[in-house]
Amino acid sequence: MDDVRMIEVKEEIMADNNQVAAGVRERLRLQKTMLVNLMSSPGSGKTSLILKTAQALKGSIKLGVIEADIESKVDAEKVAAQGIPAVQLRTGGFCHLDATMVTQGLEALDKKDFDLLIIENVGNLVCPAEFDTGAHKNVMILSVPEGDDKPLKYPLMFSICDVLLVNKIDYLSLSDFDMAAMRKIVLALNPEIKIIEISCKTGAGISDWVDWLKKEVTAFRRA
Amino acid sequence: MHELPVTESILKIVLAHAEKNDVRRVMTIGLQVGRLSDLEDEWMQRYFDYVSRGTLAEGAKLQIERMPIRLECNACAETYTVDAANQIDIPCPNCGKKDAKLISGREYFIKNMEVI
Ligand SMILES: Nc1nc2c(ncn2[C@@H]2O[C@H](COP(=O)(O)OP(=O)(O)OP(=O)(O)O)[C@@H](O)[C@H]2O)c(=O)[nH]1
Ligand SMILES: [Mg+2]
Ligand SMILES: [Zn+2]
Repeated sequence: MDDVRMIEVKEEIMADNNQVAAGVRERLRLQKTMLVNLMSSPGSGKTSLILKTAQALKGSIKLGVIEADIESKVDAEKVAAQGIPAVQLRTGGFCHLDATMVTQGLEALDKKDFDLLIIENVGNLVCPAEFDTGAHKNVMILSVPEGDDKPLKYPLMFSICDVLLVNKIDYLSLSDFDMAAMRKIVLALNPEIKIIEISCKTGAGISDWVDWLKKEVTAFRRA
Repeated sequence: MHELPVTESILKIVLAHAEKNDVRRVMTIGLQVGRLSDLEDEWMQRYFDYVSRGTLAEGAKLQIERMPIRLECNACAETYTVDAANQIDIPCPNCGKKDAKLISGREYFIKNMEVI
């Protein structure tokens, strides 16, 4: 009978992806391109926000977009129709983007002189939270119709983001969404997070978001 | 969900250590996973069984230690644990305030493995 031995492994399970992600972050830092990873449930308004943001940044910040979608090209086509360079990554049924897929997206964008790249991650509040994409900033959207209890159900996502955009506030009067309670829970998970209430429909709050983004891009380019 | 890439990553690390240590078979793999992760033990095992077929780690049992979600009260500095993600808004057991920050619960770690 063979003796059973114990081997100490002591390794992070995500070490591989984390390493690729760190490489992406560093490469883009040298190119002075800030990468933002945008995450939310399906239909919360990621594509709408990207379109609004692109309008607001026109002429001041050079923007490119990496779209992830399990099957379709719909979102990339919408973005490209606005004259914004966009690539579509097909995730082949994957529930999230990892840093290797992002690397492929960066290669597919033929220009390299972007000030800002936004990734529209796969619509899902679970898996994208576990995989570092190499982004410099993580941003999520929670839309009012989804309900104010989402931070309790998907705490990891809320805990890793730099910004929470609460979208579709034009629905607030029709719903029992408790903004104050939601803010409290989110801040417990993540005291550093910046929460901005917006509506991609009415345009409310969009300028606060764009101001944050411009400030970050400027600081990033200066660093 | 993402059990597949996670278990693939576990297998890769385990096989690398097995090779370095002249292992013939991996019996168990000790993992630490924070309770904030939604990965289910049973599905992790099933995916692992699938990806490890034909390798030294085929048949290995995943021993998953769930690391507690720990919070620290911003008012009185008490630290306390909760069992599940949806309880993070319970009041502080010491002072009763609902104002705390997360200090652990996100771990994703391979501790050790039993081999022959
Ligand atoms: N009323 C209202 N509708 C909105 C708002 N923002 C987005 N929508 C609508 O919500 C729907 C989904 O928006 P998208 O921008 O496609 O959402 P998404 O997150 O990109 O969706 P997926 O890519 O499919 O996950 C569209 O019909 C939008 O017009 C808002 O602030 N208010
Ligand atoms: Mg979209
Ligand atoms: Zn307390």
